[in-house]
Amino acid sequence: MADEIATADPSSTPTEVLDKVVVRFAGDSGDGMQVAGSRFTDASALFGNDLATLPSFPAEIRAPAGTLPGVSSFQVQIADFDILTAGDAPDCLVAMNPAALMKNLEDLRQGGTLVINSDAFDERNLTKAGYVENPLEDGSLDGYRTIKVPMDTLTKEAVKDTGVSGRSVLRSKNFFALGLLAWLFHRPTQPTIEWAEKKFAKSPEVVAANVAAFKAGYNFGITTEATKITFEIKPAVLRPGTYTNINGNTALAWGLIAASKLSGLPLFYGTYPITPASDILHELSRHKNFGVRTFQAEDEIAGVGTAIGAAFAGNLAVTGSSGPGIALKSEAISLAFMTELPLIVINVQRGGPSTGLPTKPEQSDLLFSLYGRHGESPLPVIAASTPSDAFEMAIEAARIALTYMTPVILLSDNYVANGSEPWLLPDVNSLKPIEVSFAEHPNGPDGSFLPYMRNVDTFARPWAIPGTPGLEHRIGGLEKEAISGNVSYEPNNHQLMTDTRAWKVANIANDIPQLEVNGDEDAKILVLGWGSTFGTIRAAARRVRIAGEKVATAHLRYLNPMPNNLGEILRSYDKILIPELNTGQLLKVIRAEFLIDVTGINKVAGEPFKVSEVTEKILEMIK
Amino acid sequence: MTTPAYTRSDFQTDQEVRWCPGCGDYTILASMQQFLAGLGRPREEFVFISGIGCSSRFPYYVNTYGMHSIHGRAPAIASGVATTRPDLSVWVITGDGDALSIGGNHLIHTLRRNVNLKILLFNNQIYGLTKGQYSPTSEVGKATKSSPFGSIDYPFNPVSLALGAEASFVARTVDMDRSHTQSILQAAYEHEGSALIEIYQNCNVFNDKAFIQITGKEERVHNRIDLEHGKPIVFDGGAKAIVMRNGEAKIVDSNSVDPSAILVHDETRPDPSIAFALSRLSHGPYGPTPLGIFRNVKRPTYDAEVNVQVAAAREKLGEGDLAKLIASRGTWTVAEPSGNGAS
Repeated sequence: MADEIATADPSSTPTEVLDKVVVRFAGDSGDGMQVAGSRFTDASALFGNDLATLPSFPAEIRAPAGTLPGVSSFQVQIADFDILTAGDAPDCLVAMNPAALMKNLEDLRQGGTLVINSDAFDERNLTKAGYVENPLEDGSLDGYRTIKVPMDTLTKEAVKDTGVSGRSVLRSKNFFALGLLAWLFHRPTQPTIEWAEKKFAKSPEVVAANVAAFKAGYNFGITTEATKITFEIKPAVLRPGTYTNINGNTALAWGLIAASKLSGLPLFYGTYPITPASDILHELSRHKNFGVRTFQAEDEIAGVGTAIGAAFAGNLAVTGSSGPGIALKSEAISLAFMTELPLIVINVQRGGPSTGLPTKPEQSDLLFSLYGRHGESPLPVIAASTPSDAFEMAIEAARIALTYMTPVILLSDNYVANGSEPWLLPDVNSLKPIEVSFAEHPNGPDGSFLPYMRNVDTFARPWAIPGTPGLEHRIGGLEKEAISGNVSYEPNNHQLMTDTRAWKVANIANDIPQLEVNGDEDAKILVLGWGSTFGTIRAAARRVRIAGEKVATAHLRYLNPMPNNLGEILRSYDKILIPELNTGQLLKVIRAEFLIDVTGINKVAGEPFKVSEVTEKILEMIK
Repeated sequence: MTTPAYTRSDFQTDQEVRWCPGCGDYTILASMQQFLAGLGRPREEFVFISGIGCSSRFPYYVNTYGMHSIHGRAPAIASGVATTRPDLSVWVITGDGDALSIGGNHLIHTLRRNVNLKILLFNNQIYGLTKGQYSPTSEVGKATKSSPFGSIDYPFNPVSLALGAEASFVARTVDMDRSHTQSILQAAYEHEGSALIEIYQNCNVFNDKAFIQITGKEERVHNRIDLEHGKPIVFDGGAKAIVMRNGEAKIVDSNSVDPSAILVHDETRPDPSIAFALSRLSHGPYGPTPLGIFRNVKRPTYDAEVNVQVAAAREKLGEGDLAKLIASRGTWTVAEPSGNGAS
């Protein structure tokens, strides 16, 4: 019976200890693969493995069941050391139907483990997936360790006494698969059971069904000895401290809340729902007890408009979107630049142009962020490198915006936003406060207020918020006379103000960390990256070193202005490689700014680089 | 707290007013400055946000906080101010092109939300700053620079539009009548929530005398219908009256109907149907046209509700604790020097 987890030691089946494993759950969008993957991940996190995840789902909420476009997957790499990516090729693939197998099998490592829901391999589903022959019968899976399990049948049997009925019965089959994987990889079972109990607390029958299916899957592994061998991945030796498993959107939202605390300013988020940025809105809207005000506007323009109003009124003002939405906000961002108001603009990049690949990662908005505005309007642009880095960069965006009275563009992408990793929680008391001082007194002759009289260090103009007596003033999109802020069409003044605004932003280079180089000191080749390629580049560099070659890496978190020491670093290498998920955007900037030739490795295939792709390119350049 | 004693000049700035001589905007500016001075509320508590267009230069000439923003977006920007700062009195200055063309979406959504903003829509039925193209309130057939053979665009009726967009306060006034303008400003100021005031404003350069039917000495006697709360709607010296027939507002000779049949104006009527019917009496002031407050009803304001939710969350959960937040999704601890344990 599947009531309890069998007491037999799962390791009664021979166990192989691995240092890392890549598991991919694949099924129909309705099969609950994202849930299965994230539960497997959380159990592994609590067990102490290092990990990285890569969810992949269709843009359609429910593409037709059983079809290739409807396949949703979740990949996780777990390891006993500090891994950097979700892995190139799965060692284990769970395929809940023929379409999932068709779409994912080519990625599975030769000799890898294949867990298949054999009940789904009927003629109808096989045809939908484009199979002429049943792959379970034609020998095409011989190169893999294949475990065929009639999951529909076994799930039905397992949940029959739990009170669920009808279509709900088969909803638990993801938990069956999860249970089987928990056995196969020696995962702790309690976290998943506890999660189900909490998540479905309002529907006890759903808890019962999911737990029953989970246990049935686990016990199926033990009792049938589903494979000749099971795998164990020991906990990683991570830096001491308290960890949580975090994705980039959540980290970014928490970073904004932290910045609100650190600056003492209430947080305002004006936005319009868009994939893959919406989860930032969802997360922030839950935390009103931090004084967070979220505004779901009528469109992208109103999203940034409300944020500009909130900035004028004295809030930590933020707007967020993805590429198409940022395009709509462009005119308003220039207004914020002209009025010199602090504003954070988040762009969670996705495949473009236009609607493009809304659920896939791409880094193709870099040039758009740097240059995509009318007029001379340089803005600070910074980018998160990993999910947890989004927390830090959100605070950094706020610091720059508030210190320099400027909009700041904070780049994330779908890989950072939805990927996850263990995050060593910072001591919140050690986070550095962000100093903000509103203007309170007249700063001009005869008690007048001069809204464009600048701070001598930062060149920031004073922030006098409505409600402050004696500092009534008007700002706007028309060119301002230096110091007084009055409207001015004077030619020399426009030159002065254009230069001043550019200088103010360029000067931020003196207030950001120097770029650090990682790796071999005597390497001849530098791999320079930015954004979500961080883990892949570091992992590739490791492999290059294992291959006996030398390589250095550096990762830009500040894209404008860039760190002061970048030019010097670039000039000290014979060769420079820039991997980007675009057609060569940072590459263009580096060539233009430094007159240095660099080589690109570029990909716009709706997925991150494989470590092997970058490794091979580095090795090719070394030879 | 003492109320400041202001005069109109306290609300004037040192900036040279650059509207064309004879523009209706001067009169509206004077009405506003006088109205603000009379309120006795501290000057720093007012914020004027405008879009783009002739009227949108207005904030530069009012000595309060202000922003001359971008075309059509003033309601959005002002919503950000009002939502986060309920302590302020926030005004939007816009025109027929700014509010109804490029900014139409923001206008209707702001009204629907009932954000505490007072929106002054200067309607001159023409694009002035771009030198004379037809606007979304220009009449069909209007020959302009961009419609030399006559405009084929059917115009909006701003009052009808606002009522359809769930506005809680909708009024109409005219630039020349300063005391009427000020009485409407006062009512809008006292209203909690969004207020849309359409102000007929003469553009003497590109669309002169567009409103002559209700501003001309001769014409206005016959055409101006003053809506007064609680009073029967009569005009033309009492000769004409408004009655409701088959759901429509109709103009009749007063002596042709029983006095009890004359519509008594009730701006607080929860259902907007009759206010809408009144707005349909004219579509551009080419005949009898109602002025005054069409609708003035109480509805929760967006900004107040936002802040109620914040206060309720703090009440229930206490002030947010960052350390608790970042540990809220399950944590595990790696002990010194190595090893682990789940928590």
